[in-house]
Amino acid sequence: MISRPLVVQRVVWLVLAVLTLFTLAILIFILAFISARGARVITPEFLFSLPERMGKEGGILPTLIATIYIAVVAIVVATPFGVGTAVYLTEYTRESALTRIIRFGADALAGVPSIIFGLFGFILFVIRLKMGWSILAGGLTLAVMILPTIIRTSEEAIRAIPYQLREVSYSLGGTRSQTIMRVVLPNALPGILTGVILGLGRSVAETAAVIFTAGSSLRIPRTILDPGRTMAVHFYILAREGLSMERAYGTAFLLIVVILLINTVAYLLMFRLTRRLK
Amino acid sequence: MPEKISARGLNVAVHGSPVLRDISLSVMANEILAIIGPAHSGKTTFLRCINRLIENQPGFVRTGELLLDNRDVRQWDIDTLRRRVGMIFATPIPLPGTIFDNVAYGPRLKGVRNMRRLAEIVEKSLRAAFLWDEVKDRLFSSALRLSGGQQQRLCIARTLAVEPEVVMMDEPCSGLDPISTAQIEQAMRELKQSYTFILVTNNVKQAARVSDRTAFFLSGELVELGPTAQIFTAPRDKRTDDYVSGRIG
Amino acid sequence: MKEKLIEKGLLIVALSALGSLLLIALFIFIEGMPLIVKVGLKDFIASTHWAPTRGSFGILPMILGSLAVTLLALIFGGGLGLAGTMFLAEFAPRWSVRILKPLIELLAGIPSVVYGFMGVVVLVPWIRQTFGGPGFSVLAAGIILGIMILPTVIAISLDALNAVPLSYKEGSLALGATRWQTLYRVQFRAARSGIIASLILAMGRAVGETMAVIMVAGNALLIPTSPLAPVRTLTSNIALEMGYAAGDHQRALFATGVVLFVIIAVLNTIALLTMRERK
Repeated sequence: MISRPLVVQRVVWLVLAVLTLFTLAILIFILAFISARGARVITPEFLFSLPERMGKEGGILPTLIATIYIAVVAIVVATPFGVGTAVYLTEYTRESALTRIIRFGADALAGVPSIIFGLFGFILFVIRLKMGWSILAGGLTLAVMILPTIIRTSEEAIRAIPYQLREVSYSLGGTRSQTIMRVVLPNALPGILTGVILGLGRSVAETAAVIFTAGSSLRIPRTILDPGRTMAVHFYILAREGLSMERAYGTAFLLIVVILLINTVAYLLMFRLTRRLK
Repeated sequence: MPEKISARGLNVAVHGSPVLRDISLSVMANEILAIIGPAHSGKTTFLRCINRLIENQPGFVRTGELLLDNRDVRQWDIDTLRRRVGMIFATPIPLPGTIFDNVAYGPRLKGVRNMRRLAEIVEKSLRAAFLWDEVKDRLFSSALRLSGGQQQRLCIARTLAVEPEVVMMDEPCSGLDPISTAQIEQAMRELKQSYTFILVTNNVKQAARVSDRTAFFLSGELVELGPTAQIFTAPRDKRTDDYVSGRIG
Repeated sequence: MKEKLIEKGLLIVALSALGSLLLIALFIFIEGMPLIVKVGLKDFIASTHWAPTRGSFGILPMILGSLAVTLLALIFGGGLGLAGTMFLAEFAPRWSVRILKPLIELLAGIPSVVYGFMGVVVLVPWIRQTFGGPGFSVLAAGIILGIMILPTVIAISLDALNAVPLSYKEGSLALGATRWQTLYRVQFRAARSGIIASLILAMGRAVGETMAVIMVAGNALLIPTSPLAPVRTLTSNIALEMGYAAGDHQRALFATGVVLFVIIAVLNTIALLTMRERK
């Protein structure tokens, strides 16, 4: 005879297991559903040719280029600010009202919805700074959006560096900035890269913040001031306007594969860092 | 012999509680001064005051004089000070990277870029630390793969590469086996010709083996300072006697 | 000297995130407030009539729409998320946690447009066939948002549960409590603030989500009366009309942004304060 609490525990176990499996099933269903319909659409021709009739036919080359272009702008702008903030918080200050305010700013920024970033980027970059719908305006908007991610992961990575390594550098006559450049940052690099790569993933996935800042032109962007349509925006337009289900599935598949790859790389880097420092 | 480092009425407190009290002592050029005493008697703090690593600690207050070559350590440019006074830590801490990178770290900070010049410095320093023969074939493999004793000698070589005048050692053999310890002690005896050593240790026998003079610290105070032979055979203070003979500690 | 300069420079860099936040607030308010003042705050948020090209700016249906889909998302995603958290924290074998946790984190990486699309091609037809109505509905948006907030709920509440000192658990088990009793009477209570914070942050996510909601909610300008009714949220209202709005209409969309911004600010501040209280 088993006691009542143990029976309850077994029932709870079962319920929780089923619910967790259900969560996983959703994930696997999404991946399988998109893969089954989208994988076969991916051909070199689809990837590297120009779209025709608004994307109903042809390929997605311009959206690939625009996506890369915008993500690179976002990362190039956000990384120095994010890493700089992390270095300031870890190496130059002790806990104080100032650091709490800086951290609050980063945390609060992380919670701002992407549509708000879109409105902000539109009014500041596109209209006030007269950049128009452009790669630059989209990239800058995304840079602000991914800044908190880069700050947080860089800060964690830098904090994980043992303090003694810094003391060794100081004891050999290293200045603070030399110690940061030669000991702290090189050793925190995998963690910093994790943040940058996660930021890259968010940039590629984002729609609401770029559609109002980079526009939705299907032409290949040449300069940084040209408008561009990213893959995610293209997919949204294809799906919403029902232009071509086949191409929508193909684009969705490509988006998912790219983002899973990006996130897996970030995860493995983080895993390596935590293991190495142990 | 000239005085290399001298403390006069040195007091240190951290967050209001005293760590060092009224320390007055001199370190002569080219001697090995051992500082012995139980844990938390202020030995390490004394070293960290000399190269000012202690200034990174919040709530720290220092009064009294602490001179390097008759000039207060606070008046030295901090980077110059730390290049003249090297420090070896209790646990060997190789920087992640190759053996070569570790030894070349200090010279590179000073702006030495020429590979041939760096290679010369690295070889000279590794030889001085009695490590050259063991690592000369794998200078570009990771320093983290060396044994504990080798790592600590690497740290010594890394410090010597900066060409310091004083080398401070903070319990450098605490985690090492007897053979590695003997190698490091041998290195110290040889290097005495050209450097001044301050050896903090709570291994009393090590102090007896290598040092010229010994200072005994207890609860942040300097109890007694004298020639090593005298400290170990005829201490003037009862507390010193108790400590070196193992009755307290 | 040079070091001082570097420090000053880094301080300026470090203020970038806070500065951006303030700049965002500033611009949204500059663009949106004049219209709220002109229409009157009460009329803006309490009137049900939205016809921006003809001078009617009432966003009550959108506020209620956001509220409805968010609550549904919280019930669905919060429930599933907490179940997953409990399972991963206490019942799942170690090796499986190492696989499951990253997999669930992968959910967070899937672009919101893909969730919306899945809603359109799978969920909406299913709702239409099973329950009737157009399918594009509060229910569809709630379920999709619920799935989207799962990783937030699980990541933060799992951290909170894992931060509970082991001695609490051991103390309870030593008194003869089962693992489940210990989990919900001791660990859950100790981790309460972190778990609440995870739900509030997830609410912020749900209120702020745009693209997925647009695709499945139907976007009708009505106060939803049933879970099967189509609905328009604050975010969809902005995204749907930004493309062609001008003048007061555009300002009204920024004003919608102001309301959204305030709601998110309140939610996130509560969540951040709850989390801080724990430390």
